[in-house]
Amino acid sequence: MPSITLNKTVFERLVGKELPLEELKDRISMLGTDLEDIKGNDIHVEVFPNRPDMLSEQGFARAFSSFIGVKTGLRKYTVKESNQKVIIDPSVKVIRPYTACAIIKGLNFDEENLRQVIQIQEKLHVTYGRNRKKAAIGIYPMEKITFPITYKADLPQKIKFKPLEAHQEMSAAEILEEHKAGKEYAHLLQGLPKYPLFVDAKGEVLSMPPVINSDKTGRVTEETTDVFVECSGFDFEVLNTCLNMIVTALADMGGEIYSLRLEYQEGTKTTPNLTPSKMRLDLPYLNKRLGLSLSEKEAAKLLEKMGYGSEQGQVLVPAYRADILHQVDLIEDIAIAYGYENFQEEIPNVATIGEEDAFEKFSKKVRELLIGMQLLEVKNFHLTMKEDLTTKMNLSIAPIPLKNAIGDHNHLRNAIFPSLMKNLADNQHHEYPQNIFEIGRIFVPGDTETGVLEAEHLSVVLCHDKTDFTEIRQVLEVLIRALGLECAVKESEHPPFISGRAGDITINGKKIGVIGEFHPQVIINWQMVMPAVGFELNLGELCKLAWKN
Amino acid sequence: MDLEKLILKLHPFERAVLPVLQEEKDFHKIVKKSKLQEIEVMRALQWLENKELLTMTSTTKKVVSLDKNGLLYLKEGLPEKSFLNSLSDEFKGLNVITKKSKLSREEVNACIGLLRKKGAIEVAKGEHLQIKITEAGKKILEEKSPEELFLEKDFPLELSSLQGTDKAVFEELKKRKEFLKLEEVKETTVTLTELGKKVASMDLTEEVTNRLTTGMLKKGDWKQTKFRAYDVEINVPQKYPGKKHFENEAIEYIKSIWLEMGFKEMTGNYVQSAFWDLDALFVPQDHPAREMQDTFYLHGKAKLPELWKKVKEVHENGADTGSKGWHYQFSKEETEQILLRTHTTVLSAQTIANLKKENLPAKFFAIGKVFRNEALDWKHLFEFYQVEGIVIDPDANLKHLKGYLTQFYKKMGFSKVRMRPAHFPYTEPSLEVDVFHPVRKQWVELGGAGIFRPEVVKPLLGFDCPVLAWGQGMGRIISEYWNIADIRDINKNDLKQIREMKLWLK
Repeated sequence: MPSITLNKTVFERLVGKELPLEELKDRISMLGTDLEDIKGNDIHVEVFPNRPDMLSEQGFARAFSSFIGVKTGLRKYTVKESNQKVIIDPSVKVIRPYTACAIIKGLNFDEENLRQVIQIQEKLHVTYGRNRKKAAIGIYPMEKITFPITYKADLPQKIKFKPLEAHQEMSAAEILEEHKAGKEYAHLLQGLPKYPLFVDAKGEVLSMPPVINSDKTGRVTEETTDVFVECSGFDFEVLNTCLNMIVTALADMGGEIYSLRLEYQEGTKTTPNLTPSKMRLDLPYLNKRLGLSLSEKEAAKLLEKMGYGSEQGQVLVPAYRADILHQVDLIEDIAIAYGYENFQEEIPNVATIGEEDAFEKFSKKVRELLIGMQLLEVKNFHLTMKEDLTTKMNLSIAPIPLKNAIGDHNHLRNAIFPSLMKNLADNQHHEYPQNIFEIGRIFVPGDTETGVLEAEHLSVVLCHDKTDFTEIRQVLEVLIRALGLECAVKESEHPPFISGRAGDITINGKKIGVIGEFHPQVIINWQMVMPAVGFELNLGELCKLAWKN
Repeated sequence: MDLEKLILKLHPFERAVLPVLQEEKDFHKIVKKSKLQEIEVMRALQWLENKELLTMTSTTKKVVSLDKNGLLYLKEGLPEKSFLNSLSDEFKGLNVITKKSKLSREEVNACIGLLRKKGAIEVAKGEHLQIKITEAGKKILEEKSPEELFLEKDFPLELSSLQGTDKAVFEELKKRKEFLKLEEVKETTVTLTELGKKVASMDLTEEVTNRLTTGMLKKGDWKQTKFRAYDVEINVPQKYPGKKHFENEAIEYIKSIWLEMGFKEMTGNYVQSAFWDLDALFVPQDHPAREMQDTFYLHGKAKLPELWKKVKEVHENGADTGSKGWHYQFSKEETEQILLRTHTTVLSAQTIANLKKENLPAKFFAIGKVFRNEALDWKHLFEFYQVEGIVIDPDANLKHLKGYLTQFYKKMGFSKVRMRPAHFPYTEPSLEVDVFHPVRKQWVELGGAGIFRPEVVKPLLGFDCPVLAWGQGMGRIISEYWNIADIRDINKNDLKQIREMKLWLK
């Protein structure tokens, strides 16, 4: 979850009210953000990913001020016409097709404001911009650039400019291979025939989105007062919303918003578009979902606390809100404004019948029976190491691998035996006998939706210096007979076991598992010196057979 | 205590040891005289001490005993004797002597030095070393040397008991290689108490029986038998039961809460498609949580149910759910990916997809493993349990959710529940659930909850209906109850830990 650090002084000035610390803490978390801590003048908060508009002092303060009732309702932002334009060349269509742009004038870029602007840009890049893939933002000093600006795509070999944080001009290839930001975002341009560029009227490169700005034209300094802002990406609506989050924050910082004409091949658009969108709110639906009986007026009042307006029965949604997809999103905001703490719990009188899963019920009985035989239950991970499942067990059946595991547990177990052997190997310093069992899931290739067949298995291993086939067979017999079934053991070869001391467990002629004395080599493979015997069977199958009976 | 009763309690070992104690105080001597094994005497003494018949004091003493070579020479004679024996009145070459004496070069050299000092040999220096025995040497051969006498002593010897010649010989022999060893040993001295003296002087030979046997019962001679009384108050050796893994105890407890509340259990596969795990829950395909590094993926493509087309439409434009959708191109490849389930909510999605209108209202729960692609450390596991419940009820609302949460957590032992706004992609409203911790006296975040979005419910169920949902991890409950600081210990499967772990008493 993205977190930001707010300057408490700036925040309080923007909110227009100072709250006692405890109340501030409480209100912040009841607004729907996770307050981490307040230390000195720093407020650390985590903002949920649905509210990227709150990732700035300005955005956060705007929402908060409204929530505590200082400045409620829809914020009005004036957009003046700049009479300037941005030309979008058709060459970007297959590269990075859209941009939304604006000009902000009258800003004061002192150190603190500059920090805040950089924070907004960074946070939006990471969250709403999905690491610049969905939206990338560029901010340029007006004094260094000449309108009209062109957004176009050019062949990489034709691109050359001095990027930020570089000492000389670099080619596009050099930027992507050597420059820090270039290397970080190179994958976003990988394989494209042309790279996108913002170029001004004099032919100066402004930036190569979504990677880096030019040092000459793309660096805001303390002398800067007016800036050109652009967002580039793949969905015009997304970019416009992203732009709105920035321009409203800059306006709250004291700037004036100017619009730009965007000349697309298919027609002209003007941004930023801060016209609130309209959404219908169904009052009965609202009351039903929340269990309240709010009047239209009360609902409107609560919406105002969350920064909304209303017009002829429609809710006006601020143009910087990216998370309002459905009226349930408005309903949640109404609930927040109403206060989650004010909802009275109600225990509905709804009769339903509780029911445990049939297999779970069965496995509990099996577990109890085995515990009655003084066996100890263990529980291992389903992810394990290939070596444990194969070479250590004298087996060569390939288990199912994971594609991207970062740890060394990167295969799905295809039997429980290896887990139990590992437990015994790890417990050699404890008292014997060590008679253990596990009920758990195993994974083998199969004809299912995912190509993986999951089965519930039971595995029992007895380990002490006098154990033998008879003892493990006795445990098996007790279990099978307790289920009202009868099993047979048919001699078979199974590599983990000693030849001639292993067999298949069958019920009504159907194989459900294996039983045997572990091969000395297997015991040695686990660096053990104690004999072990065991059986493993498909408990899911056994459950079906038992119920059928 | 009644003397007679006390005597009846005496174990055969105690009976054998007690009379010896009248004469002996030293542990080793007691062992010798009682004709019992050391461990048996030790146990008898401890029991008797418990009965206040004796007191034991331990002191550490320095004790001399024979080392490797000392033991060898005791058997085969001292090397200097062997050396002298291999000499004669004529000068003989060293090689011949060495061979005859069967001594090592090192021993020979030591003997020459020693015997010359005693004037027992005469050495002629020529081209080769020549040696013959002297009269003094012959005299030495006739009688036992002080060293030999020392060797024949009853070891181990207490260092402080050595005096005079013995002390001098000891100092001399100590210098020899691996001849003597000096050890610190614990000596136990036993002293009878007044009561002990009284009991020891009594007749303890009377026959008492230790064990009731089948034979006695059959023959009826138990009637004449005097049974030894046990000391029922002493500790007995530990015994280990068969036992459930403690994690399952916690699971069964939580399960019983759900069942009491009328919920039906959901189970399902660990390996799922991205479709069921994420897309059916309206998690946008570019959501940060879906990135490679958080989720375990498997090779291959999943087969999709027909439903996927409907879900695709909802993602892209909301379809008939009244939503705008996420505004992007839904990718089939993305939804076909195979993964290890990241939450049990996947089971809720599948359950809802199988419900019909006439089944409502319905309540379900799941307790199951979920997976996160994380390296194992003290607070991260790559697989862990999640608990989750849903209520599908056309009349459900947020107040009911709070009601269910209150009821659920009351059964878990938390009397107060608080809801805080939160965000999950598939619920709206979404909330964080805090409970008031009765011991720590503060609010603790325990789980998440919400009402499923229409974008989730409508495609799965066929119509919009409030679905209340809440869930939480199990790690916190387990580690708190059993004081487990390193959560890897939950699945360490240390048998001692499982054997001795306290039961779940809630």
